[in-house]
Parts: sequence; structure tokens; C-alpha cells
Amino acid sequence: MIRFEALTKTFGAFAALGPLDLRITTERVVAIIGPSGCGKTTLLRVLAGLDAPSAGRVVIDEEPIEGPRPDIGVVFQEPRLMPWLSVRENVALGVWDAPKAKRTAAVDAAIERVGLSRFAGVLPRQLSGGMAQRVGIARALVGEPRLLLLDEPFGALDPLTRLGMQDHLLEIVGTAVPTTIIITHDIDEALVLGDRVIVLHGPPARIARSIDVDLPRPRLRTSPAFGTLKAELLDDLVTHVAAAV
Amino acid sequence: MIVRLERFAAIVRAAHAGPVPEGGASPAEALAARLSPFVLPVLLLAAWEAVARLDLLPAYLFPAPSSVLAELRTLAASGQLTFHLWRSFERVISGFLLGALTATLVGALTGYSAAWRRLLDPALQSLRSIPAIAWVPIFILWLGIGEPSKIALIALGVFFPVYLNLMAGISGVDRKLIEAARVYRLRGLGLVRRVLLPASLPSYAVGLRTGFSLAWMFVVAAELMGASQGIGYLLLDGENNGQPALILASMVIFALAGKTTDLVLAESARRLLSWEDTVGNR
Repeated sequence: MIRFEALTKTFGAFAALGPLDLRITTERVVAIIGPSGCGKTTLLRVLAGLDAPSAGRVVIDEEPIEGPRPDIGVVFQEPRLMPWLSVRENVALGVWDAPKAKRTAAVDAAIERVGLSRFAGVLPRQLSGGMAQRVGIARALVGEPRLLLLDEPFGALDPLTRLGMQDHLLEIVGTAVPTTIIITHDIDEALVLGDRVIVLHGPPARIARSIDVDLPRPRLRTSPAFGTLKAELLDDLVTHVAAAV
Repeated sequence: MIVRLERFAAIVRAAHAGPVPEGGASPAEALAARLSPFVLPVLLLAAWEAVARLDLLPAYLFPAPSSVLAELRTLAASGQLTFHLWRSFERVISGFLLGALTATLVGALTGYSAAWRRLLDPALQSLRSIPAIAWVPIFILWLGIGEPSKIALIALGVFFPVYLNLMAGISGVDRKLIEAARVYRLRGLGLVRRVLLPASLPSYAVGLRTGFSLAWMFVVAAELMGASQGIGYLLLDGENNGQPALILASMVIFALAGKTTDLVLAESARRLLSWEDTVGNR
């Protein structure tokens, strides 16, 4: 179980986050949406252990997050690959501190999982945007994380690649990752991927609503139920943004 | 002049006409383009040779290129060339290694940590405003006239470009890459070794190349301040004994040696940096 306990982050006088309280138990994928600048990325940085909370804490299976941890994988908006390392070496960076014997097999498996085995020896500059992001996902998965964090992972991709990646993400992630939190500002993306969609308003980011998405998978973006949920979320966000402006 | 302008116009027209048809790339023009950098030097050398042969200038000041070449041959045949070149090269290498290693350690430290930068960089920057040659007297006083003072001078000259470029390179590394590395638990030395150094390699390589050419510059200064071996000694020997051909031959040796080591460094840098997604690698 993952628990946010009165999670708060301030930068000087600026309140960016919280206080947030949340429990994630059985949901495999939680999508967090919110308008730009509402504090989504601050939340992700705190979850990744990159920034310490100002107050409160996040607990994973009773263990508080106090810094970057091997059981948390992170995928950023950009692939953020090391340009001087091959695909294989970039993925291996995710487990550089693991015993060598374990490392090689894990790296090969992760690359296989994102379907890039043929490109294992290639440098990042030779990859397309979608392929590079798949390497980023492989790097996050190679350590077999308990929690996978994605920060608008497909935001920089063209619309078609984006749809493809959304459809494949759950296959790629598989059943091995207990919890995935994806941050996005794309309502469709949230509804296609999330077992639960959480809407943030802010700053400071607060949970405005939480919707359990019971649509069957694979989800059809054109189904009436999908449309109803989408309209509901869109209405909420538009009203909030309009009020803020 | 008019002829050249016409040629130029022809080249421009050809360029605008798009790709030249198969086999029509006018081999003569291609050859001309290849050879054009050599035209001026060859003409100058020929003119110089002519002036010397015709005794238009005193030979004890302006030896003919052919006699410089003859001097080089003599030096090579007697083994002196290899001997003195090797002595200079040893100094260049030792000074370079000493200077570059120190600069790498200090530059990595100040590039990585703002606290270390505040502590060390201002002092180093103020030392940098002392011209390296100005250290000669104090080095001689402290270290004597032998090898240590020479190597210290070269190392000092090498230090600054390597230090500055490495520090600039490291502090210019994309914050997003560092953040990604931090997510994967890289900190301190691991972060420096696996991310900061490779990411700053392009800038570091520039520093090393600049440093190496400065090492050749300072070996001349070091050898001129008193040496019995080395190409700089040959220069001095030529001056003292009124042998301009020897002076010029030594200068040519320096030029060739410096160019050779620079080519080696440039080529190694090119290989190490083939990952860069830049215009140069397209």
C-alpha cells in the first residue's frame, strides 16, 4: 500500500503541494491529471525522492520515501538518456549498483520487454522519439520497481506514436509492477490507462476528485461510457482553470 | 585578377546549376580545389629560394629553404633530431600529464561542487592573471635550472585551459541528465565518473587539446631559459653560433611535432565523441 500522509511541499512562501492525503491499495494504475502549473511535477519529484517534502510523508509498504530508491522507477517527460551510452548501457544504469550476474539478465529482459532487442547496441541519437522513450521505460523497469512513476511520458511524442505507446504501456509494464502512477494533462490518456483517475487543483496541489474507472480493457476511446467520464473530467478541469484565470 | 574573377563566376554558376551530371565533376576543378591551399606556401618558398640563390639577401640571415632542408637531413642522419626531439617530447609529456591531471582533479571538484568552486576558483583565477612565463625566475629559484622547473612551467601552462574547460563543461551539464542519474541513486564520485565527466567530455577535449599545444609553447620557453638538450636548445645553439638554417630547422621541427600530436588528440577526441548529436557528426 502507498499512503500520502498530509504531504506538503513549499518553496519559501510559495505553497506548491498539499496537504495531500491518499491511499493506493489495489489499483494498479493511478492517473493524476491537472492543469499546467498545478503542482503535478512537484508531486512526482517528491514521490521520486528528488525533493524532500516540507511536511508529511509518503509511505510505501510502511517504509517512508526519503530519497531515490531502487524500488521506485521513474520515466520523465523526455527520455533523458545518456547520449554517450548505448541503449543497453543506458538501461543498465538503472541497476548499476546490482550484482553483475543479475544485471546482464535483467537488462536483456527489460530491453526485450520494450521490443528493442535489435537496437541494444545503438546510440540514443540514432533512435526515434518513441523508441528513446521506450528505452527510458526499460531503464525504469529494469530494477523491478515496486512503484513506477511516469511524468507526462508521452507528451513530447507525435499524436500517433502517443496513442500507440498508451496502448502498449500496460503490456510493457505487465503484472510485475504493483503500482504505476502516471501524471498527465491529457484526459484521454488518464482514462485509457488509469484504474483510478485523480484530479488535482492548485497550486497548492490538492485532490479535487477521485474517480474509479471501471471500464473494461482494452478501453475504447470512442465508447459512450468513456465519453461520459471524459466530459465529466473535462468539465471539472475547464471550470477550475476558468476560475483561476 | 580578371581571370580569377571569371573563374570564380564559373564556380558560382556551376554551384547554382545543381548537382553536376555523372562523371562531369570536372576532375581538373576538383584537383584545383584540393591543391589551392598549397599554392601560396609553394610560391612563397620558391620565391624565397630564388631570392637566396640570387644572393639578393645575405645568406647568414636568410638561408634558402633548401639549406634548411639540408640542415634537417643532417640532424636526422646524425641522430640528433631524434635525440633532441625526444628530450623535448619527454618534457612536454611530463608537464602535460602533471598539469592535466591536477587540472582534472581540481576542475572536477569545482565543477561538481559550488562550495569548492567558491573556495578555489577565485584564487585560481587570480593566479591565472600572472603570465605563465613570469613564473620562470621563481621556479628557477625554487626548483633549480634542471628538469623540475621546466616541467613545472609546462604543467602550469597546461593547467589553466584544462581546468577552465573541464569546470565549464561540468557546470554546463544538462540538469535533466543529472536528475535522471540521481533517480538511479548516483551521487558523489559515481555521478562524476558515470555522468559528469562523460557529459563534459566535449569541452574537456577542447581543454586538453589547447593544453597540449600550450605545452609545446612552454617547452620552448623552458628550453630557452637554459637547456643542453631539446629542440629549444637547438634553437638557442643556432642563435649563439650564427646558424640561421638550424634555427629555422628547429622551428620546422616544432611545427611538425606540434601538428602531429594535435592530430592524434583531435582524432582520439573524434572517436570518443562520436556519440554527440551535432552537426559535425552528421
